Order: sequence, then structure tokens, then C-alpha cells
Amino acid sequence: MKKLLATTALVAALALPAAAQETLDPNATPGGNITITYKDDVATLDPAIGYDWQNWSMIKSLFDGLMDYAPGTTDLRPGLAESYEVSEDGMTFTFTLREGVKFHNGREMTAEDVKYSLDRVTNPVTQSPGAGFFGAIEGYDAIASGEAETLSGVSVIDPQTVEIKLSRPDATFLHVMALNFASIVPQEAVDAAEGDFGKMPVGTGAFKLDEWTIGQRLVFAKNGDYWRDGLPYLDSVTFEVGQEPIVALLRLQNGEVDVPGDGIPPAKFQEVMADPEQAARVVEGGQLQTGYITLNVTIPPLDNVDVRKAINMAINKERITQIINGRAVPANQPLPPSMPGYTEGYDGYAYDVEAAKALLAEAGFGDGFETELYVMNTDPNPRIAQAIQQDLAAIGVDAAIQSLAQANVIEAGGAGTAPMVWSGGMAWIADFPDPSNFFGPILGCAGAEEGGWNWAKFCDAEIDAAATEADSMLDPSAPERLQMWSDVYMSVMEQAPWVPVFNEQRYTMKSARISGDDSLFVDPVSIPVNYDYIYVTE
Amino acid sequence: MAGYAVRRLVQAMLILLGVSFITFFLLYVLPADPVRQIAGRSATPQTVANIREQLGLDQPFLVQYWRYMAGLFQGDMGRSYLQKTDVATLIAARLPASLLLMAAGIFAELCIGLTMGVIAALWRGRSIDNSLMMTSFVTVSAPQFVVALLLLYVFAVKLGWFPIGGYGTAAHLVLPAMTLGVLGSGWYARMMRSSMVEVLRSDFVRTARAKGLTRGRVILRHAMPNAILPIIAMIGIDIGIFMGGIVVVEGVFGWPGIGQLAWQAIQRVDIPIIMGVTLVSACAIVLGNLLADLITPLVDPRIRIR
Repeated sequence: MKKLLATTALVAALALPAAAQETLDPNATPGGNITITYKDDVATLDPAIGYDWQNWSMIKSLFDGLMDYAPGTTDLRPGLAESYEVSEDGMTFTFTLREGVKFHNGREMTAEDVKYSLDRVTNPVTQSPGAGFFGAIEGYDAIASGEAETLSGVSVIDPQTVEIKLSRPDATFLHVMALNFASIVPQEAVDAAEGDFGKMPVGTGAFKLDEWTIGQRLVFAKNGDYWRDGLPYLDSVTFEVGQEPIVALLRLQNGEVDVPGDGIPPAKFQEVMADPEQAARVVEGGQLQTGYITLNVTIPPLDNVDVRKAINMAINKERITQIINGRAVPANQPLPPSMPGYTEGYDGYAYDVEAAKALLAEAGFGDGFETELYVMNTDPNPRIAQAIQQDLAAIGVDAAIQSLAQANVIEAGGAGTAPMVWSGGMAWIADFPDPSNFFGPILGCAGAEEGGWNWAKFCDAEIDAAATEADSMLDPSAPERLQMWSDVYMSVMEQAPWVPVFNEQRYTMKSARISGDDSLFVDPVSIPVNYDYIYVTE
Repeated sequence: MAGYAVRRLVQAMLILLGVSFITFFLLYVLPADPVRQIAGRSATPQTVANIREQLGLDQPFLVQYWRYMAGLFQGDMGRSYLQKTDVATLIAARLPASLLLMAAGIFAELCIGLTMGVIAALWRGRSIDNSLMMTSFVTVSAPQFVVALLLLYVFAVKLGWFPIGGYGTAAHLVLPAMTLGVLGSGWYARMMRSSMVEVLRSDFVRTARAKGLTRGRVILRHAMPNAILPIIAMIGIDIGIFMGGIVVVEGVFGWPGIGQLAWQAIQRVDIPIIMGVTLVSACAIVLGNLLADLITPLVDPRIRIR
């Protein structure tokens, strides 16, 4: 007996069995090419490997997973799965695949490909940074430890049907199936690439890789057989790499570039926004990101909760947002405001130097103390660290700044030797729009192990248990579950292992010739833009 | 001469071996974990351990070094940790651009630097000498980023004479080469000036003038070839520097050289790429110097190599 679970996404799936018929933008005209620039090389386009904000959106346009998000939103919708059913206990997911979906090599995608893709991403040989997301699938431990070659929980029922059994309930499972890591790839293309699938990607996505000149450019060409009818609008997308953001902006102003992928350089931001013509082409949006200072709860005197609270009160977040030209809103809790489970009406620790001093004195540190603040050495982070340093000095805390390369800060944070870390440049951006994503690796016990991203080394068994309970619920968007997550983060704030500083806003600048709904240019899952749905107007 | 070249090549091999060992060791003791960079922020401890084992990064230092060198001697520079692509492929893709910019950059340096140096030497002590030497002082101390952006802004954005960055045609090459030329010309100007001043004072120049040769002929045929000797050694050094060390100029002009590859690899602790680029630029330095030493006797017959 299987019962259909009435999540919003599922209702949508059932209401529109042939959801491949997109509601197309009536103003859109097909054709044309756009040019995007980046400073850094594109490391890989292998969906099992790529895990940076630059290749994330590119991979999204080359590949599809069983689940997907409606463009410009965080609303789950079926992708390569036409529909799915969830068993009553929430432990078995049955996906019905769309018929007639073809890979870029012309072969039709089947349930075998789904099984192969999930086996591949979880196999340690693949070295996928996302393997752990699939931990709830039955048989994951066996494959992760090298005892098995295949996930026992994934079975092919028939060429259009695949069944996935979980070993523990996971409210976020459908989000996991929408991650790039869960993209469906054809085995023959992976084998043919001989370990370098990332440079020779073959998927089912709206675009296919047409040209890759290492160090210079990549060209994506429209997939004429794309299963979403009428998409994409663009004939091709060119990515030029190796360009300084400031030069990209000059080229945009000269009409050579359509979107500077690295954004508007901080030094030019005010100039651009002061010019009405240019400012009109900047789209602003929120993102699921929080910048924070970690306070290592194992290093005295930060092991004292009153000291951590005092530091929370000492930081002038308004001033820090001004350092980055106001491109952020001050934060008071780990979750960003647009994340489900965000606690409305919570004030956090308000900026109050006198109260901070008093609390510090009460804790026995009236004369202050010396500590260290680790920070990544690229602008604007050292300037932010100086502001934090001044704020701390005002309550008598003398923080020495350790400004290092990103890899060294991550190492010090993971090893637990850094008393304080400013997260800038490494701040947490959600993998998927679910409150659980801000907990496990950065505030839970799992991440507090040596090398983990929980740089506060904060580990509270009770809070961890509450988080696990919340994640065991079937419906990810159930109000009770979101309340539980809200409670989890409020308990975290009680113990103040972080100073949440701000939530960064996104600003995407575009040329006058490209168009599409504004939400596509600040798409929460495709940074900088959603290539599948935008178009050119000339 | 042949024996000398062979001796120098053997020396070069030893130097490269030393460079490889020291670089590998520094990367080993660096407080940054390449496995963490591959595994990313969400990886479980098990994933991290798996990756460490597969890459052999759980092995002692000497074993890791031995494995790397064994691969290298079989022509295998390894695979990038993050890109999974062969390092040789990545370097080969960028090598032509680096070589081209190196050659053009040195050419520009010589044109600007030698002209300045000779003029300053001929009118030494005059105001033109002072202002040229002042200029050379400014250019050697100017930040690369500023000079590169300035040239780009004036000649590409404002005047539109050249493309705004990129690679492919001769027009793309002019501004990055000019930037390197302006930045490096100061060294050449100063070296050429002092060398020229010395030569102009020497007896054979006086003799040449005394036997009635024109001033122009003396300078071009007698003084310059002798004054240029120390410059050849400087070119040898520049060859090495330009093969891997011009990150900023490459960045501003979007030039696909190996400097950018090295820079990105260093940020992410991608050891195989860092090793590969380091060895290639070390090779260039060694070869550049060797070439300079071999060319010197061809220019100056007084120098004999045994």
C-alpha cells in the first residue's frame, strides 16, 4: 500500500503529468549568443565533482537530475522524473521517468542510467565531494567503505521506473535528488573520457558542450533535442575565463560582455550604482548565505558562554555592512531570512558596548584578554577583520589578525587551532533551500571533528538530537518541522558559538541586450544567471 | 664547447632535481590540506579518508616524493587533484601563449630599455640623463596592476586602438607586451647605461675615434656590441621569470599563460599543477641562463668557453 504524499511539489507533479510543456515567456525570441566572463578557470563540468558557485550553474545547464527547481525560485519540481510516489513510512521513493529523453550523444535515458549515476557519485573512486549527501540511501555505507560496487537501495523496476529505498528517514531527500551531484550521466561517455569526464561532459541538459579551449573559453551550444519544449532560447553561451572583474566591467560597458560572472568589483560598485543607466541593468536579490564569526568553544576564554555573548554584543554589524557598500543586511541568527525555518521577531544580541563590557566583567574578564582572528586575505575580508578588531578593542579584547590564504584558514579552522574565524570568502551558502543545510557540517557534532567545517567546534548532544528528529519527518515543509528547526537555531544562539554578521545580497549586472524575468538573474540555484530561460532582444 | 654544454646540462638536471625536492617538501609541510580542498565543505570524515588514501597522501613524505618522481621520469606529470585533467595537457595548452608573451615582452623591454640606456650614457650628467634615469626608477617600482590597467584603459577602452584583453591576434599581444616592456625597461636602461659609460671610456673607443671614424659608427659598431654583454645575461633571467611569474599582467589582459594556472593552483593547493609549473619555469630559468652563456662568446670573441 503506497500513499501519495501531499507535498506541494507532488501536487504539481500530479496536476501536470506532462510538465515538459513549459509556460514559455511570450516576449522571448529564440536565437543569439551571450558572453559571460570569469577570472578563474572552470575546474570541471563533471556533476559528481563540481562544487563551486562558478561551475554549479554551468553544470545545471548541461545536466538534469530526477528533481529540479522552478526557474528563479527554490520550489522543487520534477525534472527527469515525470512523477514520483513516496511510501507511507517515507522510506521508499518510486520515480517514473520521462519517456524519450535523450543524452547529448543521442541515446535515450533509462532507469539503468539513474542507477549507474547514483552508484558512481557514491563510489569512493569517483572522489565526489557530495557523496555524503546520499548517506540516507540503503547500502550507502557498504559502497562508501568499498565493500560494495552498487547501492543496494536503488533498483530498476522497468526502463522507466526506478525505486530508491532509504535506510533512515530523510526529509531533505528530494532536495538531494535535485543537487548537481544527483545528475544523470551516461556510462559509455564516462568510460570513454577515461577519468576526465569533467572536460568531456555528456548530459541531458538544455545545452551541450561545444568547445573548450583551456584557459580561454568554453562554448555551450543549444541542445536541439531538449526535452523541455521550446527551451533554451539562446543558441549558445560563451564563457571567457582569465579576466579580472574590473576588466570584465570595462568590456561590458563597451558592449563586449553580457554578464560579468564575478560580479561588480567592490571598487566600482558605487560608481555603477550612481549612474542611472547602468544601475537599471543591475538586478538585486537575496541569497541563502550567512557571513559569521566562529568562536571556538574549546579555547579559553571563549569556552565561557558569557564571553561569547559579550563578543556578540560588541560587534557593530551595521558598520561592517557599510564596508561592503551596503551589499548585505545585518544578521542575528544562522539562517538567512529567506530560508524556511527563519525565526521572525528574534532580535539576537543587539549592539551594546556597555552591556558587553558588563557581561565580560561578570565573567571575570573585566580587563579583557588576547585572542586571534583568522581571516582570508582577499579584499574586503581584511578590512572587515579590522572593523571586528576595533569593535573587540572597545570592550578590551585584543584580537591579533591572522590574514592567510583560503586553504590555510580552512586548515586552521578545521584543526581547531583558530580561536576566531571570520567566514568571509568561505561563508556558508546553502546547497539546497532547507534549514537543515545550515546545521550538520557547520554547527553539528559531525562537522566538529578534526578537519570539519564546524570551526566553532560546537557540539551539543541535545541540539544534535533535536536536529536529527526534525530531519526524520516526512514532509520537509511541514510547519512543525520548520518550528523544530527554528528551535534548534534558537538553542544554538543561546550558546552563542557564532556571531552571525550579515546576509549578503546578490547584484548581477547585465548588458542591455539580454532579457528575461528579473528572478532569472538572481536565481537562487543558478549563479550568476539561469542560462536556460534568458534570451537576447536584438 | 660541446663538452661545456653537456656539463652544464648535467648541472641543470641536478638543479631541477633540487628544485623538485624543495618544492615538494614545502608543499608537504604547508599548513593546508589538499584533500580538504577536493572533499569540500560537506564531506564526511570517511570521504576525506578515502580521497587521502586514493591519492596516496596518507603515505610518508619520501614515498610520495618517490612516486611523483618515478611518474615524472616516465613522462607522467600526474593529474590535477581538482580538475582531474593531466597536468601535461593543462600546461601544454597554456605554453604557446606564455612563450609568445615572453618573447614579445623581452623584445619590448630591449627596445625601450636599450634606447633609454644608450641615450642616457651618451648625454651622461645632462638633464636628459637624469630624467631618463628617474623614469627608469619609476617604472621598475610601478605596481604591475596599475601600469597594466592604465595602458588598457587608455589604449583599449578610451582610444580603442587595441582589444580590451584576450588572446589570438597580434593586436591582442601589443598591450601586455608593452606593459612588460615598460615595467622591465628600467633594469635594462640602468644596466645599459652603466655598461655603455664604461665602454665609452675605454681605450679602443678612443682609438676608434682617433683614427677618424664618425661618432655614430663608433657607437653602433664598437661601443654597443661590447656594452650589450651584461644584457644577454639579464635576458636569460627574464626568460625564467616570464615563464610562470607574470600572474598580474596575464590576469588584467586575460592572457592564457601558465602564470594564471600556477596562481589558481596555489590558491587551491593543487599540488600536481604547482609542481608541474614550478618545474617548467625552473627549466626555463636554467635553459635561459645556459643559452645566455652559450651566446656570449658568439657576440664577444674575447670570451672562450672550454
